Amino acid sequence: MNAARAVAVAVFRESVRDRVFYNLVLFAVLLVGTSILMGQLTAGQDVKIIKDLGLAATSLFGLFIAIFVGINLVSKEVDRRSIYPLLAKPIRRAEFIVGKYLGLLLTLAVNVLVMAIALYVVLFMLARDVAEPIQRAWDSPALDPALLKAMALIYVNLAVVTALALFFSTYSSPILSAIFTLGVYVVGQFNADLKHFDRIVDAPAAIAIAKACYYVLPDFSKFDIKLAVVHGVPVSGSYLAATAGYAALYVAALLFGAIVIFSRRDFK
Amino acid sequence: MTRVTAGLASALCLSGAVGLHAAQDRWLPPAVDRPGLLYVRSPEVIKRAALGYNGITADVYWIRALQHFGEERLSQPPHVRSYALLYPLLDLATTLDPYFSIAYRFGSIFLGEPYPGGPGRPDLAIALLRKGIEAQPGKWQYMQDLGFVYYWHLRDYRTAAETFQRAADLPGAPSWLRPLAAVTLAEGGHRAASRALWQQLAQSEEPWLSSSAVLRLSQLDAMDMMDAWRLAKRERGVAPPLPLDPSGTPFVLNAAGDIEVSRDSKLFPVPGQIQPPR
Repeated sequence: MNAARAVAVAVFRESVRDRVFYNLVLFAVLLVGTSILMGQLTAGQDVKIIKDLGLAATSLFGLFIAIFVGINLVSKEVDRRSIYPLLAKPIRRAEFIVGKYLGLLLTLAVNVLVMAIALYVVLFMLARDVAEPIQRAWDSPALDPALLKAMALIYVNLAVVTALALFFSTYSSPILSAIFTLGVYVVGQFNADLKHFDRIVDAPAAIAIAKACYYVLPDFSKFDIKLAVVHGVPVSGSYLAATAGYAALYVAALLFGAIVIFSRRDFK
Repeated sequence: MTRVTAGLASALCLSGAVGLHAAQDRWLPPAVDRPGLLYVRSPEVIKRAALGYNGITADVYWIRALQHFGEERLSQPPHVRSYALLYPLLDLATTLDPYFSIAYRFGSIFLGEPYPGGPGRPDLAIALLRKGIEAQPGKWQYMQDLGFVYYWHLRDYRTAAETFQRAADLPGAPSWLRPLAAVTLAEGGHRAASRALWQQLAQSEEPWLSSSAVLRLSQLDAMDMMDAWRLAKRERGVAPPLPLDPSGTPFVLNAAGDIEVSRDSKLFPVPGQIQPPR
């Protein structure tokens, strides 16, 4: 797996060179700017809104990186023809795919980690000036460690999106891969509707297809615990573990699929 | 064209656009009083369209509700105050984020506020709070607020007392809620009982709630002052000089020669002073 590690490090370095981390500056400006404005606009809900904004921005920025960097992971190598010397080296195609995936995952991990730190810093600054009795009336403390649970599931969510983008990019153009990934992501948000399709449709075939889609497509709503965490609603460790397990299996399935497709591609 | 020239040209064009934009705002005001628009009114649609970003979308609708309420409340004639979007905005915010406590609690205060200070719709305040109770049945604060709407806006003291009692039965409810239910039932409609209710809320840890309670207490003081003025008028046979209300604004005489809170006062309107347009 040394080859996969080398590929992963190369992907991470490339994302640094491509200024992917510039989004962190934007994130920090957004959070600080909003925290200054919020006190004037929101009737004392600034901490809740900063938490909502921080988590939403972490998820959204990560989503853009996962999709738009993910779809180019393979196609860029092919377009630049750098795939030929690369595959001529002692590296298996499976290692190449896994390395690419882990490299982007590392980039996303740094991204989410820095955003989490920035969010806690802004929340600390906001809470510092608020009297203790007022803080007691909040649904959850400003520096609630449970925010990390939401961050963790955002990261797990991004890991699945990255695997999807990589899977599609092994056989499709970047634009189509982006459309497919976004499409699956959007449908994955509506999974509950697919499950209850029989409530609005009477055709057994359509219901069966909807049910199949419900089980086969990734259920992205599982990873969304942002509201619960912001309002101090407990999220159990078993839920986190089961959701992470579901994501790990789904990612593994996508990576194996990507390896199969990529192994069959002819680069002559 | 050199890079410096292009940069200067870009900056020049941008400042021209900004200047024109500002000039338009100053010298060419909009010809019509544009009504507020809410393109999506279906909570179910917006919930799906939010794509999992429910919390932040709820915040946006909450801020819009605050702005809508503030804009209408501070608007001057010939604009006719209308709070038509207030309930739909609050409904969207609370559907997206069912735990959005302040949207239920502050929202119900906005909705119940008599016209023109608010829409004067205690029925919608009740609907909003009931939605909150359905989402979080154990939240005694919603039940307490519901009791206040029945007490203050609808003068339905029996239902108010029952609601306070139900709030008192919930886990974590403060000890003063149970005697409050008894006082409400025994002395409903009495200003002293009302004052007791607001004094409890004035001690709330939520700044917006305590400031609202302080305003209500000032309104009660103003009502006491008006009663004292009427009594003095009856006893002396002539109208005494008009005093200042607790906010420092002079009381005024209405068309019938009776004392009332001025429209310029921040206490306007006190309960029963004005009815919303139908």
